[in-house]
Amino acid sequence: MRKFNTIAFGAILATTALPAFATDLEVTHWWTSGAEAAAIGVIADGFQKSGNTWVDGAIAGAGGVARPLITSRITGGDPMGATQFTHSSAMRELIEAGFMRDVTEIAETQGWKDQIFPQSLLDSCTFEGKLYCVPSNIHSQQWLWLNNAVFTDNGLSVPQNWDEFVAAAPTLREKGIIPLAQGQQSWQKQLMFNVLMVSIGGPELFEKVYSGRDADYAAGPDVAKVFTAAAQARDLMEGSNVQAWNEAARLVIDGRAGGQIMGDWIQGEFNQSGMKAGEDFSCLPGLGVNEYITAAGDAFYFPKVDDAEIIAAQDVLAGVIVSPETQVAFTKAKGALPVRRDVELQDPTPCMEKGMEILKSGHIVESINTMVSPDTVGRVTDLMVEFFADPGFTPEAAQAEFAEIIATAD
Amino acid sequence: MSQSGKPTGLFKNLSAKIAAIPMVLTALVVFVGCSVWTIVYSFTNSRLLPSSKWVGLDQYERLWGTRRWLISIENLAIYGILMLILALVLGFLLAALIDQKIRFEDGFRTIFLYPYALSFIVTGLVWQWLLNPEFGIQNAVRSLGFESFTFDPLYNTNTVLYGVLIAGLWHTSGLVMCLMLAGLRGIDEDVWKATKIDGIPAWKTYLLVVIPMMRPVFITTLVLITSAIIKLYDLVIAQTGGGPGLASEVPAKFVFDMMFVSQNLAQGFAASSMMLVAVIVVIIPWAYLEFGGKKHG
Repeated sequence: MRKFNTIAFGAILATTALPAFATDLEVTHWWTSGAEAAAIGVIADGFQKSGNTWVDGAIAGAGGVARPLITSRITGGDPMGATQFTHSSAMRELIEAGFMRDVTEIAETQGWKDQIFPQSLLDSCTFEGKLYCVPSNIHSQQWLWLNNAVFTDNGLSVPQNWDEFVAAAPTLREKGIIPLAQGQQSWQKQLMFNVLMVSIGGPELFEKVYSGRDADYAAGPDVAKVFTAAAQARDLMEGSNVQAWNEAARLVIDGRAGGQIMGDWIQGEFNQSGMKAGEDFSCLPGLGVNEYITAAGDAFYFPKVDDAEIIAAQDVLAGVIVSPETQVAFTKAKGALPVRRDVELQDPTPCMEKGMEILKSGHIVESINTMVSPDTVGRVTDLMVEFFADPGFTPEAAQAEFAEIIATAD
Repeated sequence: MSQSGKPTGLFKNLSAKIAAIPMVLTALVVFVGCSVWTIVYSFTNSRLLPSSKWVGLDQYERLWGTRRWLISIENLAIYGILMLILALVLGFLLAALIDQKIRFEDGFRTIFLYPYALSFIVTGLVWQWLLNPEFGIQNAVRSLGFESFTFDPLYNTNTVLYGVLIAGLWHTSGLVMCLMLAGLRGIDEDVWKATKIDGIPAWKTYLLVVIPMMRPVFITTLVLITSAIIKLYDLVIAQTGGGPGLASEVPAKFVFDMMFVSQNLAQGFAASSMMLVAVIVVIIPWAYLEFGGKKHG
């Protein structure tokens, strides 16, 4: 009798578009640090409320470790229910090979086209007119973070843009302070260079080089300015002998370095050490020059499965991720920006507000990861690793090699 | 009657042959099969997934035009030669010293062998901290009053390989010592007595009598050290991440990064095929000389 009741109850629920029975859905992701784990917990809770069971598939280590694991499980015929993946073209081959589920239908019934903002989040995972991902949050990289006290204590005003920052650097050097902190890991070198491309070179230059793949332009005088700035940055970074980005952030927080170019996720580090945005530290989007940011971020993808229950659970999860309630709590925990325009952030910091304004004004550039293949990103990274490590590597020589990479980019 | 001879040959030691089948299959399928597969696909344009579009030698042309690959090979050559020589010399010296019937031999042996029980990742991390100027050896010596003391090999392009080498030696020497010690113990006491009667000095006995007699031990050691050298990857990851710049990149890391970070499988396959070729070029002539031609007693 009880069983019958459950079924009947389930049938009623089913008509209200909720799954009748709890389905186990395994979700893989590589969000394991404190703030990240809290953020994924928000999605998990939202999903559990729907009556399904969230099976956490956290993979320790960063994307470099997790991506091969995730792809090999999908291609090897043991797909998870859903997986977090960076919002990039890295997934394209899996989609082309037919391993991933097309979520266009969910997007249409839930009206994502009107809600998700900026549109580019959906565009970059649309292939042949079909949508394959659920964007979860936005991260941007084009920020210069400054420790205000380092400047004011040394009789300087806090720089408002890159040029002022470069001008202030010699004074900091004299006091034994590293002007610009930077970790030695290769991705940070790539990030730095491409931030300079967007901020010093401007959004048109950035897109012309990576999207247009104009090698002559990449060898020309406009891009030369970016390389000059990169050479300046190289001088400013001398002495910053740390590996990880958060160790570099520590140098800034401790006042041993003046500033750092890093993505908006660095805010968590400042917040944890009790520093306040605007008072103790400043953030300059677009290095205070070209206030454009990349609106790329993380997204969830669904492998194609046959099991109807899992498909239903995937639908539910997709809805949970983009729902306004999840977006507010999730982005707050992760220190990211939401993927919808219609949500209000809970006590946002001045830096997050700046980011929201830039997003709303549409000053957005595409991310390098969606414009060129991981292989090309890797080649640019190798070049930048070498360039930033060797003061004898002239900007001219580096630019010539860069133009060669662009000529053969794919 | 002549037929009864043949089956005897085939079925001789039948159970041993049956027992060997799994290993033979593993060797054929896993080692040979996968190597062939890798080499074949290195001639395609595979990216994230293997593709069968043939591109000829393009991957190899690109590989040999990539500075990072050339630097990786050079680094491995420098590291490999130094590692081979120093590990053998250090290991043998330690073994010879321990073999002098010293006290607490067990204790010393354990101490020297202990690093080998640690993984390369742990070894790398320990030495990354020790060699870090902020909280390692440099800091310790400076806090003793030598303010100008500088020792930060991992942060200098010219010395980073030696920083990695130190950790590698620390890890490997103990094992080499143990193998050498076993070899030394295998030398008949009478040899020593005979050389003593003839009045030959100890160092000469080691060099001219004992070491030639320990040939098999040296070969085992050589194989172990060489394979560890070729595989060099985790130590670099833990200590330097390939930096500063590209100064401590190694081929194995190149292969991994190509395959999984750049998602360019074919390029990674081409690089790993070149590593295989290098190993074969060294091993085949040596194996031929060692196990082919003449039989050792």
